[in-house]
Amino acid sequence: MKEMEFYGTALPNIEIGPYAGKLIVIEGTDGVGRSTHVALLRTWLESAGYAVLDTGMTRSILAGRGIKDARSGHTLGRLTMQLYYATDFADRLENEILPALRAGFVVLTDRYIYSAIARAVVRGADPNWIRAIYGIALVPDAILYLRVQTAEELASRVLTSGRGFDYWESGMDLGLGNDYYDSFVAYQKLLLKEFERMKTEYNFEVIDASKPVKRVAAALRRSIKRLIEVDPVAASEPIVNESVKTEPREKSVPPTVPAPTVKPVEPRAAEQKLRT
Amino acid sequence: MISYGHHRYPGRLFVVEGTDGSGKSTQLSLLYQWLKSEGYSVFFSEWNSSPLVKDTTRRAKKRRLFTPTTFSLLHATDFADRTERDIIPPLKAGAIVLADRYIYTAFARDVARGCDRAWVRETYKFAVKPTAAFFFRAPLDVAIDRIVSARPQLKFYEAGMDMDWADDEEDSFKIFQGKILEEYDHMISEFGLTVVDATQPIPTQQRQMREIVSRYLKDKLKEKAVAVR
Repeated sequence: MKEMEFYGTALPNIEIGPYAGKLIVIEGTDGVGRSTHVALLRTWLESAGYAVLDTGMTRSILAGRGIKDARSGHTLGRLTMQLYYATDFADRLENEILPALRAGFVVLTDRYIYSAIARAVVRGADPNWIRAIYGIALVPDAILYLRVQTAEELASRVLTSGRGFDYWESGMDLGLGNDYYDSFVAYQKLLLKEFERMKTEYNFEVIDASKPVKRVAAALRRSIKRLIEVDPVAASEPIVNESVKTEPREKSVPPTVPAPTVKPVEPRAAEQKLRT
Repeated sequence: MISYGHHRYPGRLFVVEGTDGSGKSTQLSLLYQWLKSEGYSVFFSEWNSSPLVKDTTRRAKKRRLFTPTTFSLLHATDFADRTERDIIPPLKAGAIVLADRYIYTAFARDVARGCDRAWVRETYKFAVKPTAAFFFRAPLDVAIDRIVSARPQLKFYEAGMDMDWADDEEDSFKIFQGKILEEYDHMISEFGLTVVDATQPIPTQQRQMREIVSRYLKDKLKEKAVAVR
Protein backbone atom coordinates (compact mmCIF):
# COMPACT_ATOMS: atom_id res chain seq x y z
CA MET A 1 0.00 0.00 0.00
CA LYS A 2 1.24 3.43 -0.90
CA GLU A 3 0.01 6.82 0.20
CA MET A 4 -1.48 9.00 -2.51
CA GLU A 5 0.80 11.82 -3.50
CA PHE A 6 -0.30 14.66 -5.74
CA TYR A 7 1.77 17.11 -7.77
CA GLY A 8 -0.06 20.12 -6.40
CA THR A 9 -3.46 20.80 -4.96
CA ALA A 10 -5.24 17.58 -4.18
CA LEU A 11 -8.77 17.08 -5.46
CA PRO A 12 -11.59 18.23 -3.23
CA ASN A 13 -14.18 15.79 -1.97
CA ILE A 14 -12.23 12.65 -2.63
CA GLU A 15 -11.00 10.04 -0.28
CA ILE A 16 -7.25 10.33 0.03
CA GLY A 17 -5.52 7.38 1.53
CA PRO A 18 -3.28 4.46 0.79
CA TYR A 19 -3.93 2.49 -2.37
CA ALA A 20 -3.09 -1.05 -3.32
CA GLY A 21 -2.75 -0.72 -7.09
CA LYS A 22 -0.03 0.70 -9.32
CA LEU A 23 -0.24 3.63 -11.69
CA ILE A 24 2.01 3.08 -14.67
CA VAL A 25 2.27 5.76 -17.31
CA ILE A 26 3.41 5.09 -20.86
CA GLU A 27 4.43 8.42 -22.33
CA GLY A 28 5.92 9.43 -25.65
CA THR A 29 5.32 11.46 -28.75
CA ASP A 30 2.95 10.54 -31.55
CA GLY A 31 3.76 7.40 -33.51
CA VAL A 32 6.18 6.00 -30.99
CA GLY A 33 4.15 2.84 -30.39
CA ARG A 34 2.50 3.59 -27.06
CA SER A 35 -0.83 1.91 -27.75
CA THR A 36 0.90 -1.22 -29.09
CA HIS A 37 2.90 -1.53 -25.89
CA VAL A 38 -0.04 -0.81 -23.62
CA ALA A 39 -1.89 -3.69 -25.30
CA LEU A 40 1.09 -6.03 -24.92
CA LEU A 41 1.60 -5.11 -21.29
CA ARG A 42 -2.04 -5.59 -20.54
CA THR A 43 -2.01 -9.16 -21.87
CA TRP A 44 1.19 -9.90 -19.99
CA LEU A 45 -0.09 -8.51 -16.69
CA GLU A 46 -3.44 -10.22 -16.97
CA SER A 47 -1.84 -13.56 -17.64
CA ALA A 48 0.17 -12.99 -14.46
CA GLY A 49 -3.10 -12.54 -12.57
CA TYR A 50 -3.28 -8.78 -12.28
CA ALA A 51 -6.44 -6.86 -12.96
CA VAL A 52 -5.66 -4.10 -15.43
CA LEU A 53 -7.41 -0.89 -16.33
CA ASP A 54 -6.13 0.89 -19.35
CA THR A 55 -7.01 4.46 -20.08
CA GLY A 56 -5.89 7.30 -22.30
CA MET A 57 -6.66 10.79 -23.46
CA THR A 58 -10.18 11.69 -24.63
CA ARG A 59 -11.65 8.46 -23.28
CA SER A 60 -13.65 10.06 -20.48
CA ILE A 61 -17.39 9.64 -20.35
CA LEU A 62 -17.76 13.31 -19.53
CA ALA A 63 -15.68 15.07 -22.15
CA GLY A 64 -14.42 12.46 -24.63
CA ARG A 65 -17.15 12.95 -27.17
CA GLY A 66 -17.08 16.72 -26.95
CA ILE A 67 -13.34 16.83 -27.57
CA LYS A 68 -13.63 14.54 -30.57
CA ASP A 69 -16.38 16.70 -32.05
CA ALA A 70 -14.32 19.82 -31.46
CA ARG A 71 -11.21 18.27 -32.99
CA SER A 72 -12.99 17.17 -36.13
CA GLY A 73 -14.26 20.69 -36.66
CA HIS A 74 -10.94 22.38 -35.78
CA THR A 75 -13.03 25.14 -34.31
CA LEU A 76 -11.94 25.58 -30.74
CA GLY A 77 -9.27 27.99 -29.64
CA ARG A 78 -6.08 26.82 -27.97
CA LEU A 79 -6.95 27.68 -24.40
CA THR A 80 -10.35 26.11 -24.78
CA MET A 81 -8.86 22.90 -26.12
CA GLN A 82 -6.31 22.73 -23.31
CA LEU A 83 -8.97 23.11 -20.65
CA TYR A 84 -11.19 20.59 -22.39
CA TYR A 85 -8.34 18.08 -22.14
CA ALA A 86 -7.89 18.93 -18.46
CA THR A 87 -11.60 18.25 -17.91
CA ASP A 88 -11.25 14.90 -19.64
CA PHE A 89 -8.26 14.07 -17.49
CA ALA A 90 -9.96 15.03 -14.22
CA ASP A 91 -13.00 12.93 -15.06
CA ARG A 92 -10.88 9.85 -15.75
CA LEU A 93 -8.72 10.48 -12.69
CA GLU A 94 -11.66 10.72 -10.31
CA ASN A 95 -13.96 8.14 -11.83
CA GLU A 96 -11.62 5.56 -13.30
CA ILE A 97 -8.01 5.83 -12.20
CA LEU A 98 -8.39 6.47 -8.45
CA PRO A 99 -11.18 3.92 -7.88
CA ALA A 100 -9.20 1.30 -9.82
CA LEU A 101 -6.05 2.00 -7.82
CA ARG A 102 -7.94 1.76 -4.55
CA ALA A 103 -9.33 -1.57 -5.71
CA GLY A 104 -5.83 -2.84 -6.39
CA PHE A 105 -5.77 -2.64 -10.18
CA VAL A 106 -2.70 -1.98 -12.24
CA VAL A 107 -3.62 1.11 -14.20
CA LEU A 108 -1.86 1.47 -17.52
CA THR A 109 -2.31 4.88 -18.96
CA ASP A 110 -1.49 5.75 -22.53
CA ARG A 111 -0.14 9.29 -21.92
CA TYR A 112 -0.76 11.24 -18.75
CA ILE A 113 -0.43 14.92 -17.94
CA TYR A 114 3.00 15.27 -19.58
CA SER A 115 1.73 15.07 -23.16
CA ALA A 116 -0.97 17.58 -22.31
CA ILE A 117 1.61 19.93 -20.78
CA ALA A 118 3.99 19.57 -23.72
CA ARG A 119 1.26 20.27 -26.26
CA ALA A 120 0.06 23.31 -24.36
CA VAL A 121 3.53 24.78 -23.87
CA VAL A 122 4.42 24.28 -27.53
CA ARG A 123 1.26 26.26 -28.29
CA GLY A 124 2.34 29.19 -26.18
CA ALA A 125 0.64 28.44 -22.87
CA ASP A 126 2.29 29.63 -19.70
CA PRO A 127 4.20 26.55 -18.41
CA ASN A 128 3.35 27.40 -14.81
CA TRP A 129 -0.32 27.86 -15.60
CA ILE A 130 -0.77 24.47 -17.24
CA ARG A 131 1.29 22.73 -14.53
CA ALA A 132 -0.84 24.31 -11.81
CA ILE A 133 -4.02 23.05 -13.43
CA TYR A 134 -2.60 19.54 -13.61
CA GLY A 135 -1.50 19.83 -9.99
CA ILE A 136 -4.56 17.67 -9.29
CA ALA A 137 -2.73 14.69 -10.82
CA LEU A 138 -1.59 11.75 -8.74
CA VAL A 139 2.16 11.14 -8.89
CA PRO A 140 2.46 7.82 -10.77
CA ASP A 141 4.40 4.79 -9.58
CA ALA A 142 6.36 4.80 -12.83
CA ILE A 143 6.58 6.99 -15.91
CA LEU A 144 8.00 5.01 -18.79
CA TYR A 145 8.96 7.38 -21.56
CA LEU A 146 9.25 5.79 -24.99
CA ARG A 147 11.83 7.93 -26.67
CA VAL A 148 13.06 8.20 -30.20
CA GLN A 149 15.93 10.47 -31.11
CA THR A 150 14.54 12.36 -34.04
CA ALA A 151 11.26 13.66 -35.36
CA GLU A 152 12.15 12.25 -38.79
CA GLU A 153 12.14 8.78 -37.29
CA LEU A 154 8.64 9.37 -35.93
CA ALA A 155 7.50 10.54 -39.34
CA SER A 156 8.72 7.38 -41.05
CA ARG A 157 7.04 5.28 -38.33
CA VAL A 158 3.74 7.03 -38.87
CA LEU A 159 4.04 6.46 -42.60
CA THR A 160 4.94 2.77 -42.36
CA SER A 161 2.07 2.17 -39.96
CA GLY A 162 -0.22 3.08 -42.85
CA ARG A 163 -2.07 5.62 -40.75
CA GLY A 164 -0.76 8.70 -42.46
CA PHE A 165 -0.48 12.13 -40.90
CA ASP A 166 -3.22 13.48 -38.72
CA TYR A 167 -4.05 17.20 -38.56
CA TRP A 168 -3.40 17.54 -34.83
CA GLU A 169 -0.44 15.13 -34.62
CA SER A 170 1.14 17.23 -37.31
CA GLY A 171 0.48 20.42 -35.39
CA MET A 172 -1.16 21.91 -38.47
CA ASP A 173 -2.92 24.47 -36.27
CA LEU A 174 0.48 26.01 -35.54
CA GLY A 175 1.41 26.83 -39.10
CA LEU A 176 4.92 25.44 -38.76
CA GLY A 177 5.30 24.02 -42.24
CA ASN A 178 3.85 24.15 -45.69
CA ASP A 179 2.70 20.56 -45.77
CA TYR A 180 1.86 17.77 -43.35
CA TYR A 181 5.35 16.28 -43.44
CA ASP A 182 7.22 19.51 -42.72
CA SER A 183 4.72 20.50 -40.09
CA PHE A 184 4.81 17.08 -38.43
CA VAL A 185 8.60 17.11 -38.18
CA ALA A 186 8.76 20.67 -36.89
CA TYR A 187 5.98 20.07 -34.37
CA GLN A 188 7.31 16.77 -33.05
CA LYS A 189 10.74 18.35 -32.67
CA LEU A 190 9.25 20.93 -30.35
CA LEU A 191 7.45 18.23 -28.40
CA LEU A 192 10.61 16.12 -28.07
CA LYS A 193 12.35 19.14 -26.63
CA GLU A 194 9.60 19.62 -24.07
CA PHE A 195 9.76 15.95 -23.11
CA GLU A 196 13.52 16.24 -22.60
CA ARG A 197 12.88 19.15 -20.30
CA MET A 198 10.30 17.19 -18.30
CA LYS A 199 12.43 14.07 -18.11
CA THR A 200 14.30 15.16 -14.98
CA GLU A 201 11.54 17.36 -13.62
CA TYR A 202 9.14 14.42 -13.38
CA ASN A 203 11.62 11.59 -13.17
CA PHE A 204 10.89 9.73 -16.40
CA GLU A 205 12.41 6.36 -17.00
CA VAL A 206 13.65 6.50 -20.57
CA ILE A 207 13.04 3.48 -22.79
CA ASP A 208 14.75 3.50 -26.16
CA ALA A 209 11.86 3.13 -28.58
CA SER A 210 14.04 2.98 -31.69
CA LYS A 211 14.65 -0.71 -31.02
CA PRO A 212 12.39 -3.47 -32.41
CA VAL A 213 9.01 -3.90 -30.70
CA LYS A 214 10.14 -7.10 -29.00
CA ARG A 215 13.12 -5.46 -27.33
CA VAL A 216 11.10 -2.41 -26.27
CA ALA A 217 8.43 -4.69 -24.81
CA ALA A 218 11.07 -6.59 -22.85
CA ALA A 219 12.53 -3.36 -21.50
CA LEU A 220 9.08 -2.21 -20.38
CA ARG A 221 8.42 -5.52 -18.64
CA ARG A 222 11.75 -5.30 -16.85
CA SER A 223 10.85 -1.89 -15.49
CA ILE A 224 7.43 -3.01 -14.35
CA LYS A 225 8.85 -6.11 -12.65
CA ARG A 226 10.65 -3.78 -10.31
CA LEU A 227 7.29 -2.50 -9.11
CA ILE A 228 5.23 -5.63 -8.90
CA GLU A 229 5.92 -9.29 -8.43
CA VAL A 230 5.36 -11.26 -11.56
CA ASP A 231 5.63 -15.01 -11.29
CA PRO A 232 7.78 -16.04 -14.27
CA VAL A 233 5.81 -19.27 -14.79
CA ALA A 234 2.38 -17.73 -14.63
CA ALA A 235 3.21 -14.88 -16.94
CA SER A 236 4.17 -16.34 -20.25
CA GLU A 237 5.52 -13.79 -22.62
CA PRO A 238 2.91 -12.73 -25.08
CA ILE A 239 3.78 -13.44 -28.66
CA VAL A 240 5.02 -10.25 -30.13
CA ASN A 241 3.99 -9.65 -33.64
CA GLU A 242 5.73 -6.76 -35.32
CA SER A 243 2.61 -5.83 -37.20
CA VAL A 244 0.41 -5.90 -34.14
CA LYS A 245 -2.24 -3.25 -34.40
CA THR A 246 -4.27 -1.96 -31.56
CA GLU A 247 -7.34 0.10 -31.82
CA PRO A 248 -7.66 2.55 -28.98
CA ARG A 249 -10.78 1.58 -27.11
CA GLU A 250 -13.62 4.02 -27.33
CA LYS A 251 -14.05 4.26 -23.63
CA SER A 252 -13.08 2.15 -20.74
CA VAL A 253 -15.63 1.20 -18.19
CA PRO A 254 -14.75 2.25 -14.68
CA PRO A 255 -14.45 -0.70 -12.42
CA THR A 256 -17.48 -0.85 -10.22
CA VAL A 257 -17.17 -4.44 -9.11
CA PRO A 258 -14.80 -5.32 -6.30
CA ALA A 259 -11.44 -6.21 -7.73
CA PRO A 260 -10.28 -9.78 -7.75
CA THR A 261 -7.34 -10.51 -5.53
CA VAL A 262 -4.57 -8.87 -7.40
CA LYS A 263 -1.44 -10.05 -5.81
CA PRO A 264 -0.94 -13.80 -6.05
CA VAL A 265 -1.20 -14.70 -2.39
CA GLU A 266 1.77 -16.58 -1.08
CA PRO A 267 0.78 -19.51 1.09
CA ARG A 268 3.02 -18.43 3.95
CA ALA A 269 1.65 -14.95 4.04
CA ALA A 270 -1.86 -16.38 4.09
CA GLU A 271 -1.01 -18.65 7.01
CA GLN A 272 0.42 -15.77 8.97
CA LYS A 273 -2.71 -13.80 8.37
CA LEU A 274 -4.81 -16.66 9.72
CA ARG A 275 -2.72 -16.88 12.84
CA THR A 276 -2.99 -13.19 13.73
CA MET B 1 2.50 33.11 -22.89
CA ILE B 2 -1.21 33.48 -23.37
CA SER B 3 -2.49 35.80 -20.69
CA TYR B 4 -4.89 38.62 -21.21
CA GLY B 5 -4.70 39.86 -17.63
CA HIS B 6 -3.60 43.37 -18.45
CA HIS B 7 -4.79 43.89 -21.96
CA ARG B 8 -4.19 46.99 -23.99
CA TYR B 9 -7.12 46.59 -26.32
CA PRO B 10 -9.05 49.68 -27.28
CA GLY B 11 -12.40 48.20 -26.14
CA ARG B 12 -13.99 48.16 -22.70
CA LEU B 13 -15.23 45.24 -20.66
CA PHE B 14 -17.95 45.64 -18.03
CA VAL B 15 -19.17 42.70 -16.03
CA VAL B 16 -21.99 42.12 -13.57
CA GLU B 17 -21.85 39.63 -10.76
CA GLY B 18 -24.05 38.61 -7.88
CA THR B 19 -26.17 35.78 -6.60
CA ASP B 20 -29.18 34.66 -8.58
CA GLY B 21 -32.09 36.98 -8.01
CA SER B 22 -29.92 40.01 -7.36
CA GLY B 23 -31.29 41.75 -10.43
CA LYS B 24 -27.92 42.00 -12.18
CA SER B 25 -29.20 40.80 -15.57
CA THR B 26 -31.93 43.45 -15.55
CA GLN B 27 -29.32 46.10 -14.81
CA LEU B 28 -27.04 44.87 -17.57
CA SER B 29 -29.76 44.95 -20.20
CA LEU B 30 -30.67 48.48 -19.16
CA LEU B 31 -27.04 49.44 -19.55
CA TYR B 32 -26.98 47.77 -22.95
CA GLN B 33 -29.97 49.79 -24.15
CA TRP B 34 -28.40 53.00 -22.97
CA LEU B 35 -24.99 52.37 -24.58
CA LYS B 36 -26.67 51.39 -27.84
CA SER B 37 -28.75 54.55 -27.89
CA GLU B 38 -25.59 56.57 -27.22
CA GLY B 39 -24.13 55.14 -30.41
CA TYR B 40 -21.62 52.63 -29.08
CA SER B 41 -20.96 49.24 -30.57
CA VAL B 42 -21.92 46.82 -27.78
CA PHE B 43 -21.52 43.07 -27.48
CA PHE B 44 -23.31 40.89 -24.99
CA SER B 45 -21.67 37.81 -23.54
CA GLU B 46 -23.35 35.34 -21.24
CA TRP B 47 -22.13 32.65 -18.90
CA ASN B 48 -22.36 29.16 -20.45
CA SER B 49 -22.54 30.38 -23.98
CA SER B 50 -20.07 28.27 -25.91
CA PRO B 51 -22.00 26.20 -28.46
CA LEU B 52 -19.30 23.52 -28.58
CA VAL B 53 -19.10 22.94 -24.85
CA LYS B 54 -22.83 23.33 -24.29
CA ASP B 55 -23.71 19.78 -25.33
CA THR B 56 -21.19 18.30 -22.93
CA THR B 57 -22.42 20.48 -20.07
CA ARG B 58 -26.04 19.67 -20.73
CA ARG B 59 -25.39 15.94 -20.88
CA ALA B 60 -23.28 16.02 -17.74
CA LYS B 61 -25.96 17.88 -15.82
CA LYS B 62 -28.66 15.53 -16.96
CA ARG B 63 -26.68 12.41 -16.15
CA ARG B 64 -25.11 13.94 -13.05
CA LEU B 65 -21.56 13.23 -14.11
CA PHE B 66 -19.91 16.18 -12.40
CA THR B 67 -17.58 16.30 -9.45
CA PRO B 68 -16.56 19.72 -8.06
CA THR B 69 -13.33 19.51 -10.06
CA THR B 70 -14.83 18.55 -13.41
CA PHE B 71 -17.66 21.05 -12.87
CA SER B 72 -15.01 23.71 -12.40
CA LEU B 73 -12.86 22.63 -15.36
CA LEU B 74 -15.70 22.27 -17.83
CA HIS B 75 -16.97 25.73 -16.95
CA ALA B 76 -13.42 27.04 -17.37
CA THR B 77 -13.38 25.39 -20.81
CA ASP B 78 -16.61 27.14 -21.68
CA PHE B 79 -15.24 30.40 -20.38
CA ALA B 80 -12.05 30.00 -22.44
CA ASP B 81 -14.13 29.59 -25.57
CA ARG B 82 -16.13 32.63 -24.60
CA THR B 83 -12.90 34.59 -24.09
CA GLU B 84 -11.33 33.50 -27.36
CA ARG B 85 -14.52 33.93 -29.39
CA ASP B 86 -16.76 36.55 -27.77
CA ILE B 87 -14.53 38.76 -25.69
CA ILE B 88 -11.08 39.26 -27.22
CA PRO B 89 -12.15 39.98 -30.83
CA PRO B 90 -14.68 42.74 -29.98
CA LEU B 91 -12.25 44.27 -27.49
CA LYS B 92 -9.60 44.34 -30.18
CA ALA B 93 -12.09 45.97 -32.51
CA GLY B 94 -12.69 48.67 -29.93
CA ALA B 95 -16.19 47.63 -28.91
CA ILE B 96 -17.81 47.55 -25.49
CA VAL B 97 -18.34 44.05 -24.14
CA LEU B 98 -20.94 43.43 -21.46
CA ALA B 99 -20.62 40.16 -19.58
CA ASP B 100 -23.40 38.67 -17.49
CA ARG B 101 -21.35 36.76 -14.90
CA TYR B 102 -17.62 36.44 -15.19
CA ILE B 103 -14.74 34.62 -13.48
CA TYR B 104 -16.01 35.68 -10.04
CA THR B 105 -19.01 33.42 -10.47
CA ALA B 106 -16.65 30.50 -10.89
CA PHE B 107 -14.51 31.59 -7.96
CA ALA B 108 -17.55 31.84 -5.69
CA ARG B 109 -19.27 28.69 -6.82
CA ASP B 110 -16.30 26.37 -7.17
CA VAL B 111 -14.79 27.35 -3.85
CA ALA B 112 -18.22 26.94 -2.20
CA ARG B 113 -18.11 23.40 -3.61
CA GLY B 114 -14.76 22.75 -1.97
CA CYS B 115 -12.27 23.49 -4.78
CA ASP B 116 -9.03 25.07 -3.69
CA ARG B 117 -9.18 28.87 -3.82
CA ALA B 118 -5.72 29.35 -5.34
CA TRP B 119 -6.17 26.54 -7.86
CA VAL B 120 -9.40 27.98 -9.27
CA ARG B 121 -7.86 31.45 -9.57
CA GLU B 122 -4.83 30.01 -11.35
CA THR B 123 -7.05 28.13 -13.81
CA TYR B 124 -8.70 31.39 -14.88
CA LYS B 125 -5.48 33.36 -15.17
CA PHE B 126 -5.99 33.75 -18.91
CA ALA B 127 -9.10 35.89 -18.39
CA VAL B 128 -9.21 39.53 -19.47
CA LYS B 129 -9.24 41.93 -16.55
CA PRO B 130 -12.54 43.83 -16.70
CA THR B 131 -12.64 47.60 -16.98
CA ALA B 132 -15.13 47.51 -14.12
CA ALA B 133 -16.89 44.68 -12.32
CA PHE B 134 -20.20 45.36 -10.55
CA PHE B 135 -21.27 43.17 -7.70
CA PHE B 136 -25.00 43.40 -7.04
CA ARG B 137 -25.27 42.57 -3.42
CA ALA B 138 -28.54 41.47 -1.92
CA PRO B 139 -28.93 40.05 1.59
CA LEU B 140 -29.16 36.28 1.54
CA ASP B 141 -32.82 36.02 2.52
CA VAL B 142 -33.87 38.55 -0.11
CA ALA B 143 -31.99 36.72 -2.87
CA ILE B 144 -33.35 33.35 -1.82
CA ASP B 145 -36.91 34.65 -1.63
CA ARG B 146 -36.67 36.12 -5.12
CA ILE B 147 -35.44 32.88 -6.67
CA VAL B 148 -37.50 30.38 -4.78
CA SER B 149 -40.70 32.29 -5.47
CA ALA B 150 -39.83 32.72 -9.15
CA ARG B 151 -38.97 29.10 -9.86
CA PRO B 152 -41.16 26.06 -9.43
CA GLN B 153 -38.21 23.75 -8.91
CA LEU B 154 -34.52 24.16 -8.29
CA LYS B 155 -32.16 22.16 -10.45
CA PHE B 156 -29.80 19.57 -9.00
CA TYR B 157 -26.47 21.38 -9.36
CA GLU B 158 -28.03 24.81 -8.95
CA ALA B 159 -29.23 23.73 -5.52
CA GLY B 160 -25.87 22.19 -4.70
CA MET B 161 -27.52 18.79 -4.24
CA ASP B 162 -24.30 17.09 -5.37
CA MET B 163 -22.68 18.17 -2.10
CA ASP B 164 -24.99 16.30 0.29
CA TRP B 165 -25.41 19.34 2.50
CA ALA B 166 -29.12 18.71 2.95
CA ASP B 167 -31.80 16.29 1.79
CA ASP B 168 -34.15 19.01 0.70
CA GLU B 169 -33.44 21.13 -2.40
CA GLU B 170 -34.48 24.38 -0.80
CA ASP B 171 -32.38 23.78 2.32
CA SER B 172 -29.40 22.77 0.24
CA PHE B 173 -29.82 25.83 -1.96
CA LYS B 174 -29.84 28.12 1.06
CA ILE B 175 -26.62 26.62 2.38
CA PHE B 176 -25.03 26.87 -1.06
CA GLN B 177 -26.06 30.49 -1.60
CA GLY B 178 -24.77 31.38 1.85
CA LYS B 179 -21.35 29.99 1.01
CA ILE B 180 -21.39 31.76 -2.37
CA LEU B 181 -22.23 35.10 -0.80
CA GLU B 182 -19.40 34.64 1.68
CA GLU B 183 -16.97 34.08 -1.21
CA TYR B 184 -18.24 37.16 -3.04
CA ASP B 185 -17.69 39.26 0.05
CA HIS B 186 -14.08 38.09 0.19
CA MET B 187 -13.58 39.10 -3.43
CA ILE B 188 -14.73 42.70 -3.07
CA SER B 189 -11.33 43.93 -1.91
CA GLU B 190 -9.32 41.16 -3.59
CA PHE B 191 -10.50 42.17 -7.07
CA GLY B 192 -11.77 45.67 -6.45
CA LEU B 193 -15.39 44.87 -7.23
CA THR B 194 -17.81 47.79 -7.32
CA VAL B 195 -20.59 46.98 -4.89
CA VAL B 196 -24.12 48.02 -5.79
CA ASP B 197 -26.80 47.68 -3.15
CA ALA B 198 -29.33 45.49 -4.94
CA THR B 199 -32.14 46.37 -2.56
CA GLN B 200 -32.32 49.91 -3.94
CA PRO B 201 -34.90 50.82 -6.59
CA ILE B 202 -33.94 49.71 -10.09
CA PRO B 203 -33.47 53.25 -11.52
CA THR B 204 -31.20 54.21 -8.62
CA GLN B 205 -28.94 51.21 -9.26
CA GLN B 206 -28.89 51.95 -12.98
CA ARG B 207 -27.92 55.56 -12.36
CA GLN B 208 -24.96 54.46 -10.24
CA MET B 209 -23.90 52.01 -12.88
CA ARG B 210 -24.08 54.53 -15.74
CA GLU B 211 -22.18 57.09 -13.73
CA ILE B 212 -19.26 54.68 -13.26
CA VAL B 213 -19.34 53.29 -16.79
CA SER B 214 -19.33 56.76 -18.33
CA ARG B 215 -15.99 57.50 -16.65
CA TYR B 216 -14.36 54.94 -18.92
CA LEU B 217 -16.04 55.95 -22.13
CA LYS B 218 -14.48 58.21 -24.68
CA ASP B 219 -15.90 59.74 -27.79
CA LYS B 220 -13.21 57.88 -29.67
CA LEU B 221 -15.04 54.63 -28.90
CA LYS B 222 -18.15 56.05 -30.49
CA GLU B 223 -16.39 57.03 -33.69
CA LYS B 224 -14.83 53.61 -33.86
CA ALA B 225 -18.21 52.02 -33.40
CA VAL B 226 -19.64 54.03 -36.27
CA ALA B 227 -16.71 53.08 -38.44
CA VAL B 228 -17.21 49.38 -37.68
CA ARG B 229 -20.78 49.54 -38.85
